[in-house]
Amino acid sequence: MEALKQELKERIIDVLNLEDIEIIDIQDNDPLFGDGLGLDSIDALELIVLLDKEYGIKLADPKQGKEIFQSIETMATFVAENRTK
Amino acid sequence: MYYISKYIEIKEGCIYKNGELEMQSSTSDFSDMMKEWYKSLHLSYPKFYKMDDLCKMAFIASERLLEGETSKEIALLFSNSEASLDTDIKHQQSIQTTDAYFPSPAIFVYTLPNITIGEVSIRHQLKTESAFLVSDEYPIEEMHTYTEYLLQHKKAEKVVCAWIHKLENSYHAFFYLVENQGDLPHTKQIINKIFI
Repeated sequence: MEALKQELKERIIDVLNLEDIEIIDIQDNDPLFGDGLGLDSIDALELIVLLDKEYGIKLADPKQGKEIFQSIETMATFVAENRTK
Repeated sequence: MYYISKYIEIKEGCIYKNGELEMQSSTSDFSDMMKEWYKSLHLSYPKFYKMDDLCKMAFIASERLLEGETSKEIALLFSNSEASLDTDIKHQQSIQTTDAYFPSPAIFVYTLPNITIGEVSIRHQLKTESAFLVSDEYPIEEMHTYTEYLLQHKKAEKVVCAWIHKLENSYHAFFYLVENQGDLPHTKQIINKIFI
């Protein structure tokens, strides 16, 4: 699980072009949206694409993202339980 | 009579202000060049990194042109010859095959040229008149007429006119500010002369 969390942090920084942020800046339980990393709605859509492209997870309802993308912790748990690749 | 108070040009790895060299990049890679200039301007605007190339260039040119401006009544008239084709191609590549059909929302939102106007408006808190014209060459006649109309009818205090071209390895930005005062009369002859 720790390796997956690291991987998610790397991929999020890469796909969301978070140039001023490093892996060490993201704590596992930090909120990804709002006061945390300050991601926006387009970033949320990009994370949905990331789940599909990298882990073979298709979200049937984009609203699920609100729960899944709360933090790296929640995202890693969801990926670990649902990944197909 | 209205005047061109200042103008910015980005071409061949350099930024020129009023015809004088202001900044020169140490790299020929477009993305690295924009990043280098962003950093040397000591800006803190993380959204810059999320923009497409056309918007990054519009952002940098606007930063240099609108430095020190306090008016929020500045209209934006932009133009180019290929709209957002540079980003349209990148989007197309992400949906080219059914096996790897992963369109990026972050790229897709930039598949309209007037997003450049939106990004500059957000950055400078402008809620003003704007237009993006697509034309083979800089549409001097239309830009001049539209600018004069906006100023004469008090629709804006100042107008940023721009040509912003980016397609693969080719790029060129030319921005100028038109207002009540300045050294260069806002005439089609002068625009032709300074638009190199």
